[in-house]
Amino acid sequence: MIALTINGQTRNIEVNPDTPLLWVLREQAGLTGTKYGCGITQCGACTVHVDGVAMRSCGLPVSAAVGKQITTIEGLAQNGVLHKVQKAWIDNDVPQCGYCQSGMIMAVAALLNEKPKPTDDDINVAITNICRCGTFQQVRDAIHMAASA
Amino acid sequence: MNSGANLNRRSFLITSAAASGGLAVGLALPFGPEKAAAQNSTPEIGAWVVIKPDDTVIVRVVRSEMGQGTVTGLCQLVAEELECDWDKVTWEYPTPGESVARKRVWGDFSTGGSRGIRTSHQYVRAGGAAAREMLKQAAANQWSVSAAELTVSKGVITHKASNRSTTYGKVAEAASKLEVPQDIKLKDPKDWTIAGKPLKRLDTTDKVNGKMIYGMDVKLPGMLNAAVRACPVFGGLLKSFDDAKIASMPGVRKVVRVNDSTVAVVADTWWQAKTAVEALPVVWDEGENAKVSSATIAAWLKEGLDAQEAFVGNSNGDAKAALASAVKRVEAVYGYPYQNHACMEPLNATALYTPDKCEVWTGTQNAEAAFASVLEASGLPAAKCDVHKTILGGGFGRRGRSDYVAQAVSIAKQMPGVPIKLIWSREEDMTHGTYHPVMQAKMVGGFDANNNLTALHIRLSGQSIVARLFPQNLDKGDTNPNNKGMDILTFQGLQRPGLEHAFGYTIPNLLIDHSMRNPHVPPGFWRGVNINQNAIFTECFIDELAQSVGQDELEFRRKLMAGLPRNLAVLNAVAEKIGWGKPAPEGVYRGLAQMMAFDSYVAAAAEVSVSGGKIKVQRIVGATDCTFAVNPAQIERQVAGSFVYGLSALFYQECTVKDGAIEQTNFHEYNSMRIAEMPKVEAVLVPSGGNSRWGGVGEPTICVAAPAVLNAYFKATGQRIRSFPLKNHNISLA
Repeated sequence: MIALTINGQTRNIEVNPDTPLLWVLREQAGLTGTKYGCGITQCGACTVHVDGVAMRSCGLPVSAAVGKQITTIEGLAQNGVLHKVQKAWIDNDVPQCGYCQSGMIMAVAALLNEKPKPTDDDINVAITNICRCGTFQQVRDAIHMAASA
Repeated sequence: MNSGANLNRRSFLITSAAASGGLAVGLALPFGPEKAAAQNSTPEIGAWVVIKPDDTVIVRVVRSEMGQGTVTGLCQLVAEELECDWDKVTWEYPTPGESVARKRVWGDFSTGGSRGIRTSHQYVRAGGAAAREMLKQAAANQWSVSAAELTVSKGVITHKASNRSTTYGKVAEAASKLEVPQDIKLKDPKDWTIAGKPLKRLDTTDKVNGKMIYGMDVKLPGMLNAAVRACPVFGGLLKSFDDAKIASMPGVRKVVRVNDSTVAVVADTWWQAKTAVEALPVVWDEGENAKVSSATIAAWLKEGLDAQEAFVGNSNGDAKAALASAVKRVEAVYGYPYQNHACMEPLNATALYTPDKCEVWTGTQNAEAAFASVLEASGLPAAKCDVHKTILGGGFGRRGRSDYVAQAVSIAKQMPGVPIKLIWSREEDMTHGTYHPVMQAKMVGGFDANNNLTALHIRLSGQSIVARLFPQNLDKGDTNPNNKGMDILTFQGLQRPGLEHAFGYTIPNLLIDHSMRNPHVPPGFWRGVNINQNAIFTECFIDELAQSVGQDELEFRRKLMAGLPRNLAVLNAVAEKIGWGKPAPEGVYRGLAQMMAFDSYVAAAAEVSVSGGKIKVQRIVGATDCTFAVNPAQIERQVAGSFVYGLSALFYQECTVKDGAIEQTNFHEYNSMRIAEMPKVEAVLVPSGGNSRWGGVGEPTICVAAPAVLNAYFKATGQRIRSFPLKNHNISLA
């Protein structure tokens, strides 16, 4: 039995400690907003926050997340109020298929925590998620909008 | 009479397969007379519109949403004619089972070939207009006045003479009992107030909060999870497996033979299933195809460049004679690799089978083809099967196939009553795709003494998608007996005048032919399909021709575009916007490309700078004339998105074959463009309207980005690259 704190709630989960956090979130915790894209930390669709830092959960054994604050896309809004990144995403009509966007949003939210006014170069370095639909132009616009919100 | 139970299963399979073939098929769409009771108590006003008492409008959409915005666009078209309040519009997917039971009342479900809007705009608008007339008639009946005296606006019906008004929601129940009118006049697009506007998408909210349910996220009570491994060599067989070796692994419930080439492990969780299937000892019978490699395929295609026999896709004059007598000849050979779609969401489907019913939940681009696969794999009749569509985490053509659906049903059939969610690992997805076909091309141009291009021969040699997937569709669109077995889709962007992928130049002596060579690697429709390579071959070679006679690349093209005003208009649009003919910033070089495909006319102009092995695409202008622009904001996103997909392919993507199998297994070997590499994309929409066929949006622009960038790269470096991806030449995006 492993105790995990996900989106502020602690729950006990029966799982092999080697299981990637991604699959524990999706299959045991029932939080399917975090997506499986590659399983080898290449694409970023599985990005969550672990103690506020963006992490690719497909490469993180669940045992490494014990005792830490895990935030998923479902926990980004606070008290029913969307995070500024989510709002900017809606205002810019960013998602196309949307499958990568949970991870993209979580990566951007972590970037803004660290650098509230990121430059284009900051964005280029920090945001390395794959989006096959090619929403990057709207993503960049929305990041700047969220930063100025 | 309900036709569903009597449906001839075989004829349905053939019809749906034909419909998904990317070719025009003259299906009779039987909407209108059919007027069934709604599925529940909510009144259905004709087949396309449901209106709730609170005035919520539910538009029926049968094309699949995979990011391209077709749901929003189709709803705009229906709402435009319905004259409802856009803020109250929502949508739902009917199932193919319901459609079959109602004589295909919603027509073709297939979402490929950029056809979502362009081939259904007429009847969905008619559906909206018919519903409007029924609602007006219901109000008129209630007030005992003539419907002609009523006006409607934003879902409110008004009888001015008596100062009465009501809403759609209040009369919906009565309207649902009326006959669907047949004589419908559609609005002139110049009067549109909802269609044609850059409205926000209808499906965004749940895509930013994690609530959107993709096929990957489907959950059913008691569900188990399955992971598969298919024989790495296409055409190879599953000989045996040793399930005892993994029986004690955590969560494992069952190991099943899925089909001749595939084994599955079913477990409590997918992670357990994947871990176990990877540990499962399997013996394959790889067969003869294990001898095939990229090199053997390339050598075979090379022979086709000079083969005697070839299908003629387009010709005029006498190209061979004109080339023989040309004062100057220019020749080049190009090649294009296999590529995987690599949708962000790996393929998956959830199936529940009992002897009485088989249902599937999945993301599919063609619910009718998926439905046909469910019938076949389950052995149950149409009336006992159905497919419930989810939003797709990308499709790009891959989800037009239903191999993963058939697999899910096969597994579920071996565990009746237990819902089975099958997920392909990324590695399975990469190595068992339906790949962008391989093609080589020999290009030969001939000039007269005045440097006029008098002849062009394009010889294609390579793989036909249609021959593999829809052989019954070969020959369609051609009556020349010498062309028996031709795949006209191979000639996308090179076809005869009047077709939906017509060649974009007028050349006195022209021959475009195809030596068909079909390796064992399964080909598929990959966003843009054959325009990807045909645009590179043609548009790079046109630059080579212009440069061989020292002419400006834009002027050279213009001289060859007599009688092609729409091609010329998009070319001029990008040339003007990029500043062609004016000095570029220091170190910046420009390139052009144009093509016609999916009944749209598209062009691109790129500005690049080159440093070491890195190309920085500074900006790229993309123009499209898709006849009518239903949602300009979404079209702009498709232009930019298609450039990302096309340039990722150009720079990074190749699936190589070794020992009969695909070598690349994941994104570390099959890269995709990131935000740092994203050029500034400027979309120019030049919809020309009128009575022309509507053009597609999702695919056409994809093909012009690559040749525009390659042509600019040549201007920067003097290096003409003719084989791809560019990573093989140690070139990457900056």
